[in-house]
Amino acid sequence: MSVAKRTFDAVIVGAGGAGLRAALQLAESGMKTAVLTKVFPTRSHTVAAQGGVAASLGNSTEDNWHWHMYDTVKGSDWLGDQDAIEFMCRKANEVVVELEHYGMPFDRTDNGKIYQRPFGGHSQHYGKTPVSRSCAAADRTGHAMLHALYQRNVRANTQFFVEWMALDLIRDAEGNVLGVTALEMETGEVCIFHARATIFATGGAGRIYQSSTNAFINTGDGLGMAARAGIPLEDMEFWQFHPTGVAGAGVLITEGVRGEGGILRNNSGERFMERYAPNLKDLASRDVVSRAMTTEINEGRGCGPDKDYVLLDITHLAPETIMKRLPGIREIAIQFAGVDPIKEPIPVVPTCHYQMGGIPTNYKGQVVVPKDGDPNVAVSGFYAAGECACASVHGANRLGTNSLLDLLVFGKSAGETVVEDNLAGNLPLRPLPADAAEYSLSRIARLESQKNGESVFDVGLEMRRTMQKHAGVFRFDNLLKEGVEAILKVAERSKTTEIHDKSKVWNTARMEALELDNLIEVAKATMVSAEARKESRGAHVRDDAPDTPEYPNGRNDNEWLKHTLWYREGNRLDYKPVNLQPLNEGTEQIALAKRTY
Amino acid sequence: MSKRSVHFKIYRYDPDKDEKPYMQDITVELEASDKKLLDALMRLRGKDDSLSFRRSCREGVCGSDAMNINGKNGLACLTAIDDLPQPVVLRPLPGLPVIRDLIVDMTQFFKQYHSIKPYLINENPPPERERLQSPEDREELNGLYECILCACCSTSCPSFWWNPDKFVGPAGLLAAYRFLADTRDEATSERLDNLEDPYRLFRCHSIMNCVDVCPKGLNPTRAIGKIKDMMVARAV
Ligand SMILES: Cc1cc2nc3c(=O)[nH]c(=O)nc-3n(C[C@H](O)[C@H](O)[C@H](O)COP(=O)(O)OP(=O)(O)OC[C@H]3O[C@@H](n4cnc5c(N)ncnc54)[C@H](O)[C@@H]3O)c2cc1C
Ligand code: SF4
Ligand code: SF4
Ligand code: FES
Repeated sequence: MSVAKRTFDAVIVGAGGAGLRAALQLAESGMKTAVLTKVFPTRSHTVAAQGGVAASLGNSTEDNWHWHMYDTVKGSDWLGDQDAIEFMCRKANEVVVELEHYGMPFDRTDNGKIYQRPFGGHSQHYGKTPVSRSCAAADRTGHAMLHALYQRNVRANTQFFVEWMALDLIRDAEGNVLGVTALEMETGEVCIFHARATIFATGGAGRIYQSSTNAFINTGDGLGMAARAGIPLEDMEFWQFHPTGVAGAGVLITEGVRGEGGILRNNSGERFMERYAPNLKDLASRDVVSRAMTTEINEGRGCGPDKDYVLLDITHLAPETIMKRLPGIREIAIQFAGVDPIKEPIPVVPTCHYQMGGIPTNYKGQVVVPKDGDPNVAVSGFYAAGECACASVHGANRLGTNSLLDLLVFGKSAGETVVEDNLAGNLPLRPLPADAAEYSLSRIARLESQKNGESVFDVGLEMRRTMQKHAGVFRFDNLLKEGVEAILKVAERSKTTEIHDKSKVWNTARMEALELDNLIEVAKATMVSAEARKESRGAHVRDDAPDTPEYPNGRNDNEWLKHTLWYREGNRLDYKPVNLQPLNEGTEQIALAKRTY
Repeated sequence: MSKRSVHFKIYRYDPDKDEKPYMQDITVELEASDKKLLDALMRLRGKDDSLSFRRSCREGVCGSDAMNINGKNGLACLTAIDDLPQPVVLRPLPGLPVIRDLIVDMTQFFKQYHSIKPYLINENPPPERERLQSPEDREELNGLYECILCACCSTSCPSFWWNPDKFVGPAGLLAAYRFLADTRDEATSERLDNLEDPYRLFRCHSIMNCVDVCPKGLNPTRAIGKIKDMMVARAV
């Protein structure tokens, strides 16, 4: 079957914060660029980010990038690569100020500068006191940022392909990346996007869990495409459970609420975080707060008839503060929890929020894989940025506000690297193999002809339940072992899903079936990687790896200070070293230590 | 909560197989956790996977799932299902071409949005740090920048129905005023010139449908009024 082909210098898959930031870089360079997105750009999930974007501007409290770097390395439980972390923290002021210049409506301090609020895990003087580092536009920072970036792209005349879903990565026999196949939702047409450079910015895959702050579209498509094309996925055992999802609904309540003074309470009204994190209390790192909450609930101190949530209390804040700094949160609480937080506390539970792992990249945004003994060899023509990528700046646990920063810094650097690699002549337009679209077409044909299969909805539900039960906030050896078996079974079932809608036009059923293929790869990677890591680190906490003097917080640096790489083929694991070396000479390495807050 | 069932009448049209649109009668049993119209629609899709509508964030920030609900435009994810009189009648947003079922072609809507140059214009070289803006000046942008481009407003506006190619519509005009009101923007007169025309701005007759439906509680009519004031002010 012949398929239409379009040719570009660069194709970017994804128009969230990372994709749009990369697109700006390419637009300025004059490279002919296509940006593909499943949804209109401003509907990407970056729009939902609430709390802020980190930068050590020091607008209301003294700050510098060294402290930010320290907090990020410590937050990552030392699994983050220190070269990438240094790069990100040093670039933060530049990229945030750029956003302001693009027109982003940041809140302001009395002297007209960008308003900054405290956030979990961010501190002054290497962990001593909380710092105001989160640059915010009320509690709608992601919305303000995504719209500002989209608007700047309108100005730059970026070419978008809206409601096009990328299906598979195209590689040649040498493994070079040549573009993607994609499906136009409105017509059902499959087309090849042939390019010198392909940048993935497809966002997270939080929909592998049942209870999630993520949008329906966060299905890990970039990860699925990469995994099917033989690229390993890095550190997929590390998932962040955000402490404050609305109980039952999953909708996020930003940590900025605690930054503004919100307090977590158990069923006796106790501010229990004082016991778990005497210094930073409610503003300790997310994994620490989520575990404390889970412990309170497990030990019978939860609230409500089933004692299955805790309360987030801001009733002591002035109503004006709530209306001014947290208006969106008030709306969410009223809409999804049925309480007005000015008068009543909000019921919250830890909820799956963010994927620390992803497609392995270096700080330049190049996708890197092990080859001939070198763990980090760039795949020619392939780049990634944002939540789908693993640079790795978040290591085993991401600090709040560091993701929006990650999008800006690595979106920009991926764009810059493509321009540089192109100028250096490293990005020829390589010939397409004759069967470039065959694989995607066969996946669609399978769906067309499947009879007596299972519904996508049922298989998806089973996957989400399995992940929730076997790879949640606390992890147990037997549950993980059973989880591997269970998720492989679900993966088998996903091969025979059946859809009843056979229309060419805007076929949501087909889209959801194809998305499930991607989610399943992410779910397998997560479960298998988690089962294998026999220590506790950051967000990955095993019951059989408790806190001991030899293994602080259950962390075993002798054996496990290394990145996991999961390969789809053979469901195989490999490992590569963590880069503890900062980027520049003279930058001090953050030495290994126990994480306490 | 015991099992509830909801009776729907839904506009259906698949150009691939239907000669013309029809209204489908369908009932769905809800689970206790289904609170919003969007939950009910997702439940419905479990029964009939051919029902098509856009959705993403399920929390009222992405603007995907705007539709006409019992005669009024709104977001499915912010509409409480138990509050709706039955049968719940769902139609695509009025005034735009239907692609399929509840999915409309938003090209014209975005064209109008793009036509107002929805980006900050300031040709002075930016300072090394942020441009300064007082909290009071920043407050002028509240009620403007929060627009999620859902199109509930423009597709409930009679002036937009009649002249979608000529009248900018409430969403686009709200965006226009968002930049006019920004102290950092320097293109005021260019922006006003761009709207100085019998249709682009002046087709608004302050019918207020737009205000009534905006799921974010924004007030395009007020913004339009402010632009008209600016036009008058510069004429004298
Ligand atoms: C509720 C919530 C609140 C948050 N708050 C904060 C915060 O305050 N601060 C912070 O730093 N971080 C926050 N985060 C995290 C942060 O918002 C995300 O990590 C980040 O926005 C992801 O951006 P992205 O550009 O990588 O992906 P996204 O914004 O998710 O965009 C992904 C893009 O890829 C496209 N895409 C995906 N698959 C395909 C495909 N197959 N074909 C074509 N296009 C495709 C989509 O259409 C979309 O355009 C929050 C996250 C959530 C869920
Ligand atoms: S007030 Fe103006 S823009 Fe709003 S609905 Fe009426 S005519 Fe349309
Ligand atoms: S003004 Fe309101 S109704 Fe109109 S597009 Fe924006 S958010 Fe939607
Ligand atoms: S699904 Fe995003 S606004 Fe309703």
